[in-house]
Amino acid sequence: MLFNKCAGCPLSECPGKCSYTLPEDGSTDDKKVLLVGNPNVGKSALFTRLTGVHAFSSNYPGTTVGFTEGYLRFDGVRYRLIDVPGAYTLEPTNEAEDVAKRILEDGADVVVVTVDATALERNLNLTLQVLEMGLPSVIALNMVDEARHEGINIDIVALEKALGVPVIGTVAVSGQGISELISRLKDAKPGISIPAADRWNRIGEIAASVQTIEHRHHTVRDRIEDLSVHPGWGALLGLFAILASFAAVRVIGEGLIDFLLDPLFNGLLMPIFEWLGPLLGGEGSFIFRIFLGMLVDGHIDPELSFGLLTTGLYVPLVMVLPYVVAFYGVLSFLEDVGYLPRFAVLFDALLHKVGLHGFAIVPNLLGLGCNVPGIMATRILESRRERFIASTLISVAVPCAGLQAMIIGALGDLGGRYVLAVYGTLFVAWVALGRMMHKLLPGYSPELVVEIPPYRLPAFKGIGMKLWFRIKGFLIEAIPMVLAGVLVANLLSTSAFMDIISALLSPLFRGMLGLPPETVGPILLGFLRKDIAVGMLIPMRLLPSQMVVAVVTLAMTFPCIATFIVLWRELGVRDMLKTIGIMILAALVAGGALNALFALAP
Amino acid sequence: MTMLCSLTNGQTARITALPPGMSGRRLEALGLRPGKVVTKVSGMPFYGPVTLILDGRQIAIGHGICCKVFVELLAEGNARG
Repeated sequence: MLFNKCAGCPLSECPGKCSYTLPEDGSTDDKKVLLVGNPNVGKSALFTRLTGVHAFSSNYPGTTVGFTEGYLRFDGVRYRLIDVPGAYTLEPTNEAEDVAKRILEDGADVVVVTVDATALERNLNLTLQVLEMGLPSVIALNMVDEARHEGINIDIVALEKALGVPVIGTVAVSGQGISELISRLKDAKPGISIPAADRWNRIGEIAASVQTIEHRHHTVRDRIEDLSVHPGWGALLGLFAILASFAAVRVIGEGLIDFLLDPLFNGLLMPIFEWLGPLLGGEGSFIFRIFLGMLVDGHIDPELSFGLLTTGLYVPLVMVLPYVVAFYGVLSFLEDVGYLPRFAVLFDALLHKVGLHGFAIVPNLLGLGCNVPGIMATRILESRRERFIASTLISVAVPCAGLQAMIIGALGDLGGRYVLAVYGTLFVAWVALGRMMHKLLPGYSPELVVEIPPYRLPAFKGIGMKLWFRIKGFLIEAIPMVLAGVLVANLLSTSAFMDIISALLSPLFRGMLGLPPETVGPILLGFLRKDIAVGMLIPMRLLPSQMVVAVVTLAMTFPCIATFIVLWRELGVRDMLKTIGIMILAALVAGGALNALFALAP
Repeated sequence: MTMLCSLTNGQTARITALPPGMSGRRLEALGLRPGKVVTKVSGMPFYGPVTLILDGRQIAIGHGICCKVFVELLAEGNARG
């Protein structure tokens, strides 16, 4: 029977009864549905199809692993869907699999096992483990179109019989089979239970009996996939991907700032602040200083005033958010195309030298945009040791977009080689520091073991959803950190604290770094406000070599106060203090070494 | 005995034994287990990861683990299918 589709409905065919509304009555007779499956099987696309846009994500208690929840209504039943983290096995080999296992152990009314039809055997391993738990289950045999295209034919009726649970062929990205899946949720039942020792044998038998594979010639896609992991061609493609990504990030980020957010902030909020000023007691009052900050040339300056409402909102919303949107947008695209694992393969050898593995390339690249999301992204790394190494490397030796603008602003006019000297020093520091932490810290660095999914055309709706979740998560976490940072900077900059430290440090600066005493102030101030620090260094008429030393020292000490607070949150007080110790030591050693080098060969 | 890391590009082999413990479990979870046939696609320099074809799919494995997986070389054939 055919029904007319409603506007905005995500389904390709109408199931008859519309289920895509959020519950408004707060009824409690929900059926709990768990969506489980291997990574890269289209599970999240399926989730989006089932729940529409009304979904929310949270962290599993006590872990850094997130999962998404949403609702679906059908036939008078309200289903609460949980998108369980992707897992290859329930004998956990990482934190995500551990969480998946625990969520399943909490029980459910229905388990939907999403199976990639193009990799049946591997997917059946998880499927049999889930069925062994005895929960009512249905199988969504996803990507049946791609399987057919690859010459793989799966007899759905035979698979249903072999597993003892309903099997529905689906194509999550196009919506095919989704309505059948929804209408058969009620048919979920416990399937076969195979003892662990016998599992792989049984998988072999099932695969052999339900699946036929036609011989297929190599396709262009196979060829591109092989070249992507080739040392030479793969590196070239990786370089192109990086350059294209950065170009896209700049265009999107700067576009958002110049044409949308900065005009909005200046046009809408600034007049309110100007009006609010006298009400708060005028320039001299404490409240004015805390909320609106100091006047710069007689005006409130959103970048420099350092008030909670002015700089505290301008930095996260206007300066950082556009780059976060752009970076996460590009990242989500690369992720859904299937490029990220290949990227991880290219960088694995380098990252292995510093105690990390290939996937740590993602937080490091994010750090080049802004250290805060970069350090937050270290959560994808498995061990605490890796997270410590990656966070420390990012905060010490990965310059964020603002810092890079500063480096180029201070040295660009003196000549490109000085800019290169700074980047070169930072890279050497990154490798040397990582190497040392890898050798000195207890523990081991896990090896890369990763499935590389075929290249796929991404579903833009899925990318949009993912982007939305990431941006929401970033804003909720980052805004309080930036506000706290702005407050601390505001209070410190007027106390005598900075003067005392400056006086103590000036002999060190002269002796080790070859810098005149008046540079101590700006470099220390860089901890709070980099922009001003550079502005103060430029008129000091330093030699180019002194400028390089000063900029390197400035770049390697605190990137900014928001990074300081994100380090605190992600690592805890003790490890954050360790990171800061390493940071100061590394900055002095690098600055001192550069100074010595310049003395030898000016 | 031949190890997985000593294959040359394009060579095909059958897995005979996995390392014990977590590494072996991670490989098995990806479907790499004794009896399976793999073809090496490429290896990254400086002891970088090795990319294999298993059941028509690419998987990449760190060099260190590769040197703990026992294989027997097969004369012909390609796991791409």
